[in-house]
Amino acid sequence: MSDVTVHADEHVHHPFLQHQFEDLGQQHEASTLGMWVFLATEILFFGGVLMAYWIYRTIYPEAWALAGEQQNTLAGGINTLVLITSSLTMALAVRTAQLGSRRATLVFLFATMLFGATFLGIKAYEYNAHWHEGLFPGSHFTWHENPELAPKVQLFMVFYWGMTGLHALHMVIGVGLLVWIISRAWRSHFGPEYYSPVEVMGLYWHFVDIVWIFLFPFLYLIPHFGVLHG
Amino acid sequence: MTSVTYHDVQFLEPAKTRNYLNVDYGALSWLLTKDHKRIGILYMVSISVMFILGGFFALMMRLELLTPEGDLLTSDTYNKFFTLHGIIMIFFFLIPSIPAVLGNFILPIQLGAKDLAFPRINLLSWYLYMIGAFTGLLVVIIGGVDTGWTFYTPFSTQYSNTHVIGTTFGAFIVGFSSILTGLNFIVTIHRMRAPGLTWYRLPLFVWAMYATSLVQLLATPILAITLVMLMIERFIHVGIFDPALGGDPLLFQHMFWFYSHPAVYIMILPAMGVASEVVAAFTRKKIFGYTFVAYSSLAIAFLGFLVWAHHMFVAGISVYSAMIFSFLSYFVAVPSAIKVFNWTATLYKGSVSWQTPMLYILGFIGLFTMGGVTGLFLAALGLDVHVTDTYFVVAHFHYIMVGGAVMGYFAGLHYWWPKITGRMYPEWWARLGALLVFVGFNLTFFPQFILGYLGMPRRYHAYAPEFQVLNVMSTAGASILAVGYMLPLVYLLWSLRFGRKAGTNPWGAVGLEWTTSSPPPKDNFHETPVVTWEAYDYPAMLKAMGETQNV
Ligand code: HEM
Ligand SMILES: [Cu+2]
Repeated sequence: MSDVTVHADEHVHHPFLQHQFEDLGQQHEASTLGMWVFLATEILFFGGVLMAYWIYRTIYPEAWALAGEQQNTLAGGINTLVLITSSLTMALAVRTAQLGSRRATLVFLFATMLFGATFLGIKAYEYNAHWHEGLFPGSHFTWHENPELAPKVQLFMVFYWGMTGLHALHMVIGVGLLVWIISRAWRSHFGPEYYSPVEVMGLYWHFVDIVWIFLFPFLYLIPHFGVLHG
Repeated sequence: MTSVTYHDVQFLEPAKTRNYLNVDYGALSWLLTKDHKRIGILYMVSISVMFILGGFFALMMRLELLTPEGDLLTSDTYNKFFTLHGIIMIFFFLIPSIPAVLGNFILPIQLGAKDLAFPRINLLSWYLYMIGAFTGLLVVIIGGVDTGWTFYTPFSTQYSNTHVIGTTFGAFIVGFSSILTGLNFIVTIHRMRAPGLTWYRLPLFVWAMYATSLVQLLATPILAITLVMLMIERFIHVGIFDPALGGDPLLFQHMFWFYSHPAVYIMILPAMGVASEVVAAFTRKKIFGYTFVAYSSLAIAFLGFLVWAHHMFVAGISVYSAMIFSFLSYFVAVPSAIKVFNWTATLYKGSVSWQTPMLYILGFIGLFTMGGVTGLFLAALGLDVHVTDTYFVVAHFHYIMVGGAVMGYFAGLHYWWPKITGRMYPEWWARLGALLVFVGFNLTFFPQFILGYLGMPRRYHAYAPEFQVLNVMSTAGASILAVGYMLPLVYLLWSLRFGRKAGTNPWGAVGLEWTTSSPPPKDNFHETPVVTWEAYDYPAMLKAMGETQNV
């Protein structure tokens, strides 16, 4: 490794060491801590809307149950699997980047990106279906079955579109970042001493994944829980 | 023979050295800078413009309130003015003030670091601020907004016919700039302290900024998501918060205050940090009870999250939850009181010198205490019912935000001005300014306590004739205050050219920022400092100085 061959008092600057840091170790710790802190604010961001969702679920159980029935659980389930798999490939990408095997890193990063795109594709399919069913809130919204519940079913759909939309936005950003990380991996930027961007990317990706792990049961599985099925 | 005297050295030295101001020139070298010091200055200029704009709206309101009749401004215009005043002062001036200006400039230097951990994110935060600020300005130009800075629903979502979406979008964007500043500070404090600079050797300003950053990080996202929901509701007319469509307006208030009460601590904690620095420097003493002052910042940040519903005592929450929030609000006063007692104890038997920063901080301590004690009045359930939405509340929060936080900002600005610019401000004028601000402030806002107690409601452009005398006093005070705030604008600009050269350590203060030249070099220090002394070790410094004099 390079630090073995280098003289102790010789000042070598790694090309990716930014000037404000003393060494790569400090830089790595700062970048990972930065991402953790960012994710803490993200938890509050999603947490706020989840709380609002939960409050209305408590107030309007029937409307929530009816609206929950409209969700395509199969599509949501497949998407959950897709995302969990993508987290695995992401973790493997971080590991292989640490080990310095460029080819494997590229493969895993690419797979992650592909899974991300698949998720977005399936999500777009669901959105399209809801749109045509008149389940997009606003003037376009249609609900005939029990008109007195219509505003509340619409409220559910506001949360559905809002939360999955925010999540999808995070996914789009994630895929965009992956493109950038892949291009860096392609140019052999990463190795045992410098792999922070891949690791930070991984933290973000896992977080977005975990958000979905909450959204899936909230929006697809339990809206009717305790109301329609006992 | 001796051609160079001490005076010449002082005079020549700065011209010879490169500092962060003269390393490069031109607009782009500022607009694309990643230097935390320059970004601090960008923020300083931007928030000063906002302060002037917010002050203009305040003055117009005070002029309107000179007479009981609503004669100068129509009620619609008055509604817009108090809304714009509140939004500008809070989101665009006070929240970024100490953190983004002084914190940006001083914090990395106090840590012995070359820069913040993420310089590019720091620049991004300023751009986000500017996008938000321009959105706000655009709203002002195209007709304003009239919801009050609190954006209460369903008025803001269904009934107001002003530019609510634009305004909330601006506040939303500025929120992210605040989050990014907080993130940068937290990481920098954790990871970039100079060798030897342990947590308990940190200046108390750093502790205060750390606590502030925690609040910025954990409270602001809730405001962001709340404003998103508000915008959605207004945009597509669904009932997230509108009771007519099945929503719950109380939920909005809960979520809004879950951010906005802690936001008060985003404003006041940094000022407390400045107070600790200034009190130590101008009494030449160690801060009494360092660890108590340090941890009370964290305690305030934590407890600040548990009291939000004291803004909702008359909004229809249950009596039991009101009682709990009332009790917790008393509790949050304890760590603030600890700080006040510790500053006072530090003053005791200190060799106090009456420079401008110290004058501002003495004002701060007194006015903040007034604001805090009247806050306890408001935390008492019965009394709050009597004074809710009256001028008593207006007086209370101006004592905290203007008497406390803005005074702290001005103290810090004067204290670090020599470091930032390399020049001294004119002391006599600055003292005059501090005095005018103190007198003008009390004359403006003390009468409002009485007005509120007597029952004058806030947010109206007309009032009952018997309230006029006190209102005239208040308006007179506001004009003095305006002069007090204009003075620094003039003499600080003047000092950039004509001020005395400051030298490295004009106050003889302890702290890493006073060991590097004024203005500092681009990387802050010529070599990474190693810290071997405790915070505020004035006794040791005085002793060392005594020894060198004996030699
Ligand atoms: C500098 C002199 C200032 C004067 C003379 C002044 C005056 C006023 C007046 C007359 C009101 C309207 C009160 C009402 O009818 O409810 C007001 C409201 C307010 N002020 Fe100030 N103010 C000043 C500075 C500040 C500063 C520096 C801040 C914050 C940093 C601030 C924050 C607020 C807020 C948040 C409101 C409430 C706005 C609302 O009701 O939506 N003010 N001020
Ligand atoms: Cu509060």
